[in-house]
Amino acid sequence: MPSLRQTIARWTVWIAVLALLTACGPASGGGSQGGPTGTIVNKGSDTMVNLALAWAETFQADHPEVVISVTGGGSGTGIAALINGTVDVANASRQIKAEEIADAQANGIEPMELVVARDAIAVVVHRDNPIERLTIDQISAIYSGSIDNWAEVGGEDRPIVRLSRETNSGTHVYFLEEVLRKGEKDNNTLFAADTLLLPSSEGIAAEIVYNENAIGYDGLGYVTDEMKVVAVSKSPDGPFIFPAADTVNSGAYPIARDLYMYTAGEPTPQAKAYLDWILAPAGQAIVDQLGFVPLRVAEAP
Amino acid sequence: MTRRHGERLATLLIRVAGVSAIAILLTIFAFLVLEGTPTLGEVPLGDLIGARWYPIEDYYGLVPLVLGSLIVTLGATLIAVPLGVTTAVFIAEVAPRSVREVLKPFIEILAGLPSVMLGFLGIVILAPELYSRLNLATGLTAFTGALLLGWIAIPTIVSVAEDALDAVPRAYREGALALGATRWQTIWRVTLPAARGGVLTAVMLGIGRAFGETMAVMMVTGNAAVIPRGLGALFAPARTMTATIAAEMGEVASGSTHYHVLFLVGILLFVISLAVNLVGASVVFRARTRAERILS
Repeated sequence: MPSLRQTIARWTVWIAVLALLTACGPASGGGSQGGPTGTIVNKGSDTMVNLALAWAETFQADHPEVVISVTGGGSGTGIAALINGTVDVANASRQIKAEEIADAQANGIEPMELVVARDAIAVVVHRDNPIERLTIDQISAIYSGSIDNWAEVGGEDRPIVRLSRETNSGTHVYFLEEVLRKGEKDNNTLFAADTLLLPSSEGIAAEIVYNENAIGYDGLGYVTDEMKVVAVSKSPDGPFIFPAADTVNSGAYPIARDLYMYTAGEPTPQAKAYLDWILAPAGQAIVDQLGFVPLRVAEAP
Repeated sequence: MTRRHGERLATLLIRVAGVSAIAILLTIFAFLVLEGTPTLGEVPLGDLIGARWYPIEDYYGLVPLVLGSLIVTLGATLIAVPLGVTTAVFIAEVAPRSVREVLKPFIEILAGLPSVMLGFLGIVILAPELYSRLNLATGLTAFTGALLLGWIAIPTIVSVAEDALDAVPRAYREGALALGATRWQTIWRVTLPAARGGVLTAVMLGIGRAFGETMAVMMVTGNAAVIPRGLGALFAPARTMTATIAAEMGEVASGSTHYHVLFLVGILLFVISLAVNLVGASVVFRARTRAERILS
């Protein structure tokens, strides 16, 4: 479910697109930089939707001949749309699955993968929760239901309310594989059945802000001052690391992932120009502004 | 000659309209069956009646979803039916004309409120309030959903029930009062029973509205697919069938097992709504035939 903020952002893009179209008109279209013209349909990850919107707005400001429509819906939704051939570029906060590649190939589509940014997943609690740090093992035990009270991890005697994104979220799948199952292939740990599955990042934020029992997780770009971020360690001895651009790029923060864009086969010329621009310093600067982690490539002069 | 043609045309149009409603309903049902029944070949029946719903790992237990829908709808019914029917009685029988002329349109405006807006208020105001006042683990519970659904169902119940009460002939009330009945006795023993069919229709429509509502429920019930145990489950999170379809349908690859199971959930929704309506209709029918017997 798109949040209010995303909806407003989306409409803003459409209005901007309309404004650009009316401002340029077909006659003045030739006065642009001479790049390829056309539309790019871009859909997928809700984690990435604000980033994708910011990219689209900035790119279109420089390239009025290209129209980019951006929508969210979740990584699975974007990849499903790519498989069904209804989008040019799919955003995903997780890697495409083998069965999705097979589905795409059955439709005559060969998905092409591109890493466009990195993201840390922050574990968040209520501001007044005294918990400062958790190990991956503790987080896994909390979310799988074997720890039910904050006292068991050194907090107050309160029940733990687990918050998660819905199952169509790439963040959900990543968290399941890398945190609950600790990256182990034969580990079949599941989320506790009473985990609250909330349809949006805003839903998680709203609950964390008032509920002292709650624990949640979300992309670093969605963390606000009203939540408390927990330091995370792989082993009980530490080091306990807070998520930030430098700790993600150095590999010290354990719950970080790549963000992807997929195209159906070789990108169209306008999509290729767009994706090249995203990887260039101009595009990566926007990654930084929105609280995500730019690729190292962008840091080179 | 032309008049006869005109009449024939009008009759034809009305007939087409009437038949098309049935045809559309049957087409929808056929589509649901076509997309939903492959499930039975793909998922063993034992898995479908399992206790765990986690479709991305092939857990397709429908029990928590069905019970989640039922508990939220039951809660909404307990809230909406008494409030809705008594409000209708107040507007139709008790309130002075001036009050009534203000109240009725306002309640009908309430029916037009978008449920997303109510869901938003539910997240921002209702959930934190319930959390702190009732000392719950979280404010996102079946009860929160039931409160919102009750609010959504009340205008439907009031509007239809009030129309039914209004249609009761004046002579009934005058007769009762002339026999020395008090106002309360007139309402309880004469007017309400006479309008019973319409009031029951109102209740059924209200329950149907609550059962089928999606957005507000998805926003405030927490969507945890747990099997409710006892009355306490009303104050714990729940996941309804409608919210499940809405949250997951966008993501599934068409033709996959998960896709077919979601259509099976759709069939269940359809069948349960139909059952509620049939029960309602049969009660109304029985009530009407008896009333006709008495009057004749």
